[in-house]
Amino acid sequence: MRRAASEQRVAGPPPRERRGPAAAPARRVRRKRRPRAGRRRAWLLTAPAVAVMLAVSGFPVGYGVWLSLQRYDLRFPAQRGFVGLANYAAVLSAPVFWSDLAATAVITVLAVGLELVLGLGIALILRRGLAGRRALNAALLLPYGIITVVAAFAWQYLATPSLSFLTDRAWLGERWSSFAVIIATEAWKATPLVALLLLAGLAAVPEELMETARLDGASGWQRFTGVLLPAIRPVLLVVLLYRTLDTVRVFDTVFIQTNGANGTQTVSLLAYDQLAGRLNLGLGSAVSMLLFLLAAVIAVGFVWVFRADLRELSRGPG
Amino acid sequence: MRRAGWYAGTVAVLVVAVLPVLWIVSLSLKSPATISDKRLWPVQPTLENYRSIFGSALFTRALLNSVGIGLITTVLAVALATPAAYALTRLRFRGKALVLPLTLAVAVFPPMALVGSLFDLWRALGLYDTWPGLVIPYLSFALPLAMWTLTAFFRGLPWEMEEAAQADGATPWQGFRRVLVPLARPGVLTAAILVFFFAWNDVVFAISLTSSDRSRTVPAALAFFPGDEQFAQPVGSIAAAAVVVTVPVLVATLVFQRRLVAGLTAGVVRP
Repeated sequence: MRRAASEQRVAGPPPRERRGPAAAPARRVRRKRRPRAGRRRAWLLTAPAVAVMLAVSGFPVGYGVWLSLQRYDLRFPAQRGFVGLANYAAVLSAPVFWSDLAATAVITVLAVGLELVLGLGIALILRRGLAGRRALNAALLLPYGIITVVAAFAWQYLATPSLSFLTDRAWLGERWSSFAVIIATEAWKATPLVALLLLAGLAAVPEELMETARLDGASGWQRFTGVLLPAIRPVLLVVLLYRTLDTVRVFDTVFIQTNGANGTQTVSLLAYDQLAGRLNLGLGSAVSMLLFLLAAVIAVGFVWVFRADLRELSRGPG
Repeated sequence: MRRAGWYAGTVAVLVVAVLPVLWIVSLSLKSPATISDKRLWPVQPTLENYRSIFGSALFTRALLNSVGIGLITTVLAVALATPAAYALTRLRFRGKALVLPLTLAVAVFPPMALVGSLFDLWRALGLYDTWPGLVIPYLSFALPLAMWTLTAFFRGLPWEMEEAAQADGATPWQGFRRVLVPLARPGVLTAAILVFFFAWNDVVFAISLTSSDRSRTVPAALAFFPGDEQFAQPVGSIAAAAVVVTVPVLVATLVFQRRLVAGLTAGVVRP
């Protein structure tokens, strides 16, 4: 694949296109169609997917917003009624929301940080192409392929003193050690994918660039910080954003391992507790929407702050 | 000396990646008498736990639900996403620039943001605790995933071949069957696997929108295992069930290793 790409490069896509070799041929040979027939065909092909997507996500989210503006407790359905932003006021003035937000932040910051550091390390190991690389590749897909619930149980049983061959300590018995287990599980599950993404980013760094630095007498560390890191910065940022958005909604691991005990409840768990536990659809929807809003703010803010870096990557499909 | 450092890193990664998996396998092979012996290896390995879960309708039914719901989701998502991804790659039309950002925006939704409204709607529509009741929310995440993966894949294809077939006088149907289908197959397969993994993995919808073994999937059943009195030794049973749900995914992962890695990295590294 990559070899084919470098051959095509000669044929003339501008140098900036190098990382997206795939795009070049399609763009080059795009031919003129009878415009109207082509457009109708395009819509026939695209519309079902877009329509279903709007129906299965857009509609429930809209209805969720509507629910969040109502007093709606399934245990007292007669009291249902529009209350404006009262549910949001109630959630935002509840200490539990803020402590759950803090727990979510702790898990997100530490887990994502760990994933990036370890992922980059593993990507560098893979890049060296040492013996055992195949085994390492296969082993890395193990955590990726395992379902989150199973990963959560595996780590829980590793941290349970009555079962574990590793420890005599009740890790899930108090707050910070519980966080440690949750974060370890999240990082264990996600680091392989991070490593593979970063490796793909590293593979796009031209070897000549590294060679030049070597000839200039740069040490290994200097080449890493001076050449490799800046070169993969855009990929690093995308991975950071993707992992952050994925981790702020963390649910499975915490649900299995502590179910929110010892101050480890996250915002997702709070929403679930309100919705499925207390059947309070109004308050629960408000929590869900705040979580959605948090994700949206992170995404938009992030893209805004790093717009220059991301532009390099986002000559997106289309 | 330096090399030794890199090798030490390799070994450390291998151990950490494999150990938790090994541990759950080991627990699944321990009998109730030895489950608390705190040893890495089972002293007298037994298949008792596997026999027990496969003898329980609770688990076999959950397995059936997981497979069925996963396959339906996969077929629907890929069938809808493939033509759309083709059009996005190959055709020009108004509104095209909006479609992929829309898919990304949808993928950012926390699943929990859909749970409240679906819970309410499904009870009213009779979809609560049914297969379609899970397939529908899975589609909302599977579709963007499939569209994104397929678009990235299609952009890398040598489309000259389709042009050439048309120039040689092939009918659109022939062009589709002889050129397009073989070209697209690996990408469609990759997207299908990723979508199936997603559905197979989900917990949030599976525990919120189901209430019985009619539609409860394995992850949801596992999540509620400890509270179930049918299992005298939940740890061994959970471990065995965990191994059973992991095996198909691992086999698929290892068989399609290359393609999966390409599919996973496509969206981020060369969009």
